[in-house]
Amino acid sequence: MVNPQLTKDGKLKHLLSIEGLPRAILDQILDTAESFVGVAEREVKKVPLLRGKTVCNIFFENSTRTRTTFEIAAKRLSADVLNLNVGTSSQAKGETILDTVNNLTAMHADMFVVRHSASGAAHFIARHAAPHIHVINAGDGRHAHPTQGLLDVFTVRRYKPQMHNLRVALVGDVLHSRVARSEIHALTILGVPEVRVIAPKTLLPEHVEKLGVQVYHDMRAGLKDVDVIMMLRLQNERMQGALLPSAQEYFKTYGLTQEKLALAKPDAIVMHPGPMNRGVEIDSSVADGNQSVILPQVTYGIAVRMAVMAILAGNS
Amino acid sequence: MKIHIKNGRLIDPQIGIDAKRDLFIAAGKVISIGNTPDGFAAKQVIDATGLIVCPGLVDLSARLREPGFEYKATLESELKAAVAGGITSLACPPDTEPVLDEPGLVEMLKHRARQLNLTHVYPLGALTRQLQGKHLTEMCELSEAGCVGFSQADIPIADTQVLWRALQYAATFGFTIWLRPEEVYLARGGVAHDGEVAARLGLNGIPSTAETLAIATILRLAKETGTKVHLCRLSTAEGVDMVRLAKKQGLAISCDIAATHLHLTEHDIGFFDAHCHLKPPLRTQRDMAALRAGLQDGTINAVCSDHTPVDDDSKLLPFAESEAGATGLELLLPLTLKWAQENKVDLSTAIERVTSAPAKILGIDAGHLAVGSDADVCMFDPDRYWQVEAKSLISQGKNTPFLGLELAGKVRHTLLQGHTVYLAP
Repeated sequence: MVNPQLTKDGKLKHLLSIEGLPRAILDQILDTAESFVGVAEREVKKVPLLRGKTVCNIFFENSTRTRTTFEIAAKRLSADVLNLNVGTSSQAKGETILDTVNNLTAMHADMFVVRHSASGAAHFIARHAAPHIHVINAGDGRHAHPTQGLLDVFTVRRYKPQMHNLRVALVGDVLHSRVARSEIHALTILGVPEVRVIAPKTLLPEHVEKLGVQVYHDMRAGLKDVDVIMMLRLQNERMQGALLPSAQEYFKTYGLTQEKLALAKPDAIVMHPGPMNRGVEIDSSVADGNQSVILPQVTYGIAVRMAVMAILAGNS
Repeated sequence: MKIHIKNGRLIDPQIGIDAKRDLFIAAGKVISIGNTPDGFAAKQVIDATGLIVCPGLVDLSARLREPGFEYKATLESELKAAVAGGITSLACPPDTEPVLDEPGLVEMLKHRARQLNLTHVYPLGALTRQLQGKHLTEMCELSEAGCVGFSQADIPIADTQVLWRALQYAATFGFTIWLRPEEVYLARGGVAHDGEVAARLGLNGIPSTAETLAIATILRLAKETGTKVHLCRLSTAEGVDMVRLAKKQGLAISCDIAATHLHLTEHDIGFFDAHCHLKPPLRTQRDMAALRAGLQDGTINAVCSDHTPVDDDSKLLPFAESEAGATGLELLLPLTLKWAQENKVDLSTAIERVTSAPAKILGIDAGHLAVGSDADVCMFDPDRYWQVEAKSLISQGKNTPFLGLELAGKVRHTLLQGHTVYLAP
């Protein structure tokens, strides 16, 4: 099957999912991001790589944080940025996704950053967008959130450069998490030998082991001797159905506390894609503790998104 | 008109013929097979050299989209597609707008179909009003208006008490109930098989248990009430096993599958191909193999097109938001032939699964060419390959996972009661 995010000669055309990307492209993105980390510390926080280009943030689903980091990343690359919250405007008037996309194309946008509540929406837009447009998936349903996956492995690589020698555990709602899917693909492509998922059966997709992970239901067993703990966000609405009985019970069984963290390696790092539910999936003392790298994740997120945009623009 | 179809290979599974025989037709009926009747002077001679001559196909499920969805398809466009696919009888499910739950609507549909005079149309009435699963429809009235059975289309009844009563009531009058087995709550929100592909793509899954649990409920109730039940569109290996066992125990049930499910699995969804958004969902390789074997050993009685024309706007959406369904009338024969060839099934058995077997389920005198029967005839070239493309399809629905594929088996000529309703260009 042809990978829809690569050009015929194997270069990155869109970033829709981590799945199926060659390791060389991941390395290229991470190495490029490394060179952008310093930009934020300069007095003039700009490089001219995307000057004259228009980046369009199309958010069919609201997200202030992700949109803001994409906006900062684009602006640091000197692009013009257009923000569109479609959820609150066109779609309410009955406009289809394709109408929205075609209208923005007619405004001569060069790059779309897309978030949508349906899995596959970014693929769909990439398939139907004009050929000169690059699409970056900023989260589609439960499917993928590739820049988040990339910034997470970027963070891991910074703290634990020996990736071929790591044990990583993802804890929480894998079933509904596009972040988890992207993290799993990124980690396995970069050669992390052991990726674990820790969750109750109600929060794991059927056949999750086919993604190349080891499944644990007992958090204590799953955290033993791991180098990296990636916590996943648990949305409040999961408590309303039959997936979980209560936030309290979830915190007791799958919340990360100091006591459980002690089971991991002493130098293990703790990550979270945000926004956190303190006291539900993570204890405040862990989130703010000295093993937490949650805030550096946010900082690196900008560098990684700059890298993705710069590489896509360079592949025009 | 007197017609002589000569030099064809006549295959009629019901009367057990697979041989080079001529067919003689007069006044819309078959009057002789093989021997020229005394004094027969043909007005029309059809040379069927190299063609297979068989009974017109009988399709157990074709959505004609009338009334209510004429922007997706019309009766005329779809019946023209049917005869281009060699289909001369078809059953249509009641999920139109309005729903086929009133005798007047059924009469109107029958009347419109009769005027077009292309294919016999057999409506299935709604089992419950508005298909809401609460109140029974007037089944006796609907039956008199022309309904050959009662169905819930793709909207299963959640309330088992209603289902139980509906089956009891239908059994009182000997009506057949058509149900697609799907447990409402387990299937809720799902758009793909709850397996590897859905996990990878982040799509909401429909577990196989949604089907098997519903089959268990239906079989139990069918046994208790003594109702004739037809299970529609099986998709799981376990479902086929359950039906096989129930038949062995003597239960009066039959079942069908959609032709798409003979050839596709969850992996064909690829990168969110909305053409593969179907009901029931495409499942695993193992399930597909079981469906193919079940059709071969007769556990699955018939294969149908499950024709569902969807307009472009409803397919041009992200997978989960797109409308489910595929166009199928013109693909039923080639997809059945493809299965037969790949599974080494003889042609006569394959043709039985799309002619006399479905006719029996409908309880109609069709699907065979015995002397005295209606001359509903399909003539096709089994070796002729053609490419499935939007422009090669007559149906208004161009949505099919098989777009771009080459398939063998092209209908050349279709007769309905002796008059030509389709002639290939």
